[in-house]
Amino acid sequence: MTLSRRVWGAVAALSLVAGVTACSNDSSSDSASGSSGGGTYNIWDPYPQFDDSSDWVKLLQKCGTDAGATVKRTGYDTTDLTNKALLAAQQGNSPDVLIIDNPVVSTLAEAGVLTTTDDTKIDTSAVEPNLLAAGQLDGKTYGIPIGANTLALYYNKKVLDAAKVDPATVKDWTTLTAALQKVKAAGKKGITFSAIGTEEGSFQFLPWFWGSGANLTQLDSAQAVASLTLWTDWLKKGYAPNSVLNNTQTTSWQEFASGNFAFSENGTWQLANAKKTGFEYGIIPIPSQAGGTAPAPTGGEFVTAPVQKDTGRYATSEKIIQCLTSEENALTTDTTLSYVAATKAVQEKQVAANPELKVWVEAVGAAKGRTSDNLGTKYPKISEQMWTAFQAALSGSKSPQDALTAAQSAAAAATK
Amino acid sequence: MSRAEVAVAAPARAPRRRSGQWAAWGFLVPVVIYLIAFYAYPLYRNLDLSLHKYTVRSFVQGGAPFSGLDNYRAVIDNPTFWPALMHTIVFTGVSLIFQFSIGMALAVFFAQNFKLSATLRALFLVPWLLPLIVSSSTWSWMMNSDSGVINSLLRAVGVDPVNWLTSPSWALTSVIIANVWIGIPFNLVVLYSGLQAIPSDIYEAAALDGATSWQRFWRVTFPLLRPVSAITLLLGLVYTLKVFDIIWIMTKGGPTDSSTTFATWSYKLSFGNLLPQFGPGAAVGNLLIVMALIFGLLYIRTQRRAMS
Repeated sequence: MTLSRRVWGAVAALSLVAGVTACSNDSSSDSASGSSGGGTYNIWDPYPQFDDSSDWVKLLQKCGTDAGATVKRTGYDTTDLTNKALLAAQQGNSPDVLIIDNPVVSTLAEAGVLTTTDDTKIDTSAVEPNLLAAGQLDGKTYGIPIGANTLALYYNKKVLDAAKVDPATVKDWTTLTAALQKVKAAGKKGITFSAIGTEEGSFQFLPWFWGSGANLTQLDSAQAVASLTLWTDWLKKGYAPNSVLNNTQTTSWQEFASGNFAFSENGTWQLANAKKTGFEYGIIPIPSQAGGTAPAPTGGEFVTAPVQKDTGRYATSEKIIQCLTSEENALTTDTTLSYVAATKAVQEKQVAANPELKVWVEAVGAAKGRTSDNLGTKYPKISEQMWTAFQAALSGSKSPQDALTAAQSAAAAATK
Repeated sequence: MSRAEVAVAAPARAPRRRSGQWAAWGFLVPVVIYLIAFYAYPLYRNLDLSLHKYTVRSFVQGGAPFSGLDNYRAVIDNPTFWPALMHTIVFTGVSLIFQFSIGMALAVFFAQNFKLSATLRALFLVPWLLPLIVSSSTWSWMMNSDSGVINSLLRAVGVDPVNWLTSPSWALTSVIIANVWIGIPFNLVVLYSGLQAIPSDIYEAAALDGATSWQRFWRVTFPLLRPVSAITLLLGLVYTLKVFDIIWIMTKGGPTDSSTTFATWSYKLSFGNLLPQFGPGAAVGNLLIVMALIFGLLYIRTQRRAMS
């Protein structure tokens, strides 16, 4: 008796450890209610920063009322939402409308969680094809983008002036590196970005990777090595700080906001913060190796309709989704989120209202979905190897060539 | 009722004893349900996850094929496995040694009850009071390669700055330093209360016999603290094995796995990617549980031997 009680005690204490992986079926139970109840429609979004008094939530309520339904909205942290959505689908209580980060769409589609736009009769014809591609897998479309964001280079005018660099001359990698060299010679810091070992780092690396002409299916191509060598050399020569290895896009922005950096690779969403920095800034597209705008990855969410047992619910979900993505509402939403719209018509309206957005509209036009080219769920596996590779090269534990060769063989094995 | 009484009364009062048993079971039920729902079932699910080949599709739709120990084999064959195991052992071992010895030194120091000792002791509890996310973020900020306060200090005294979090050779050391700092208060508090329980007349007797303070520590304090030390170390071991937040916030297990332990690796497999790999993630988690369990059983065994 004493022994067994002790063993139980030990098991109980040690199973604290299990918390790390224990996959809890209970965590989504609070969202279970309502998905089959009368006229209540559940919407999940990754914008927890908006509360019930925000324009976003008011729009959700209004679109629900217009469709003859009551909307119950839950905002989740974006990193949390993928697992929440998978667990909810496992328990059979998915929300009616799920707004989710675009590279996750193919994972959820692969899991059979999402309906296609053919099932729900959602009209996606007005959406720019390069943005829609992130939600397409094997010729089927699994949602509609609510808007898009992407990366470009912010620059600090004062720092560039002091170093006698004209941002208009930065057209390709050579001119960019030359500009960084002048900035460093003038005693300021060159460029900051985020090369952290997560998806965020891959997102930041892709404009350079794609800008070299490299392809995600061949991580160790000569072009890919060139792009990683560009980053590695910047670190070696002190044009970029060593802290990029640990920078998120937010901490990298904080470095830029300190006023000591000439350039920062960052996204549309920082525009509002850029105005608060207190120095004059400008934005140029990320140059590709040979010149011209590099394809940056598209960020931003898709509005999707998860599979329901009761297919009769799709009609109302479709109305809600069309309402959210309609021209007029998309303009409001994308302005609130600081996104670029997904349709040409709304983009034109945005630029008319705020000419500063022009460079972003162009960047979004050149951008590419991470899961595009029918990569789908192969992308996350490739991306993981890619961030492992640039972390290895930037930290100096491997040469760019060795790091990418290892990454390619690991990615090939993982995606076989 | 005492055991003797039951034995004597048993033949005559059998029915009543049975009803007493029912009542006993009734009292046990909540605990049993609690244990099953919150400990046994998650453990079983974790084991189940680790023995099936789950894809995102079969996770949602069901029907993941049983794959035996394939996930474990895949995990062991993974190039991350041996480094992660080494890091887990080094992280746990080094953290424990420093936490325990510094905690012990401070406990003995504060046991002398000088003026201000209570205030100073309270100060040492600060790491314990802060939420882990706050202290880890602060460490991460202090250890920043370019703008961190530690490197500024190093520069001020003419030492080359160190890439604490971004160099493969320093990342593990950095997270260990932060973890030791966070773990000291726990060791200090438990060992300090253990010291209070040692009767002062033993020290007086030792002093009368001419023992030096060094001898008093090794011959009196240390042996008498052994049970407390054992439980402190065991709890410390379990806490340290599963440390996740500090490492994740400070380095994400990087650069390239150089500070990855089983805890962060398990998280990374299950949740750190757009495409979760629940099977291997659960397998790593289970290995971690087994490691902790082995030490737990060792502890129970040594304790029983000490008692008998």
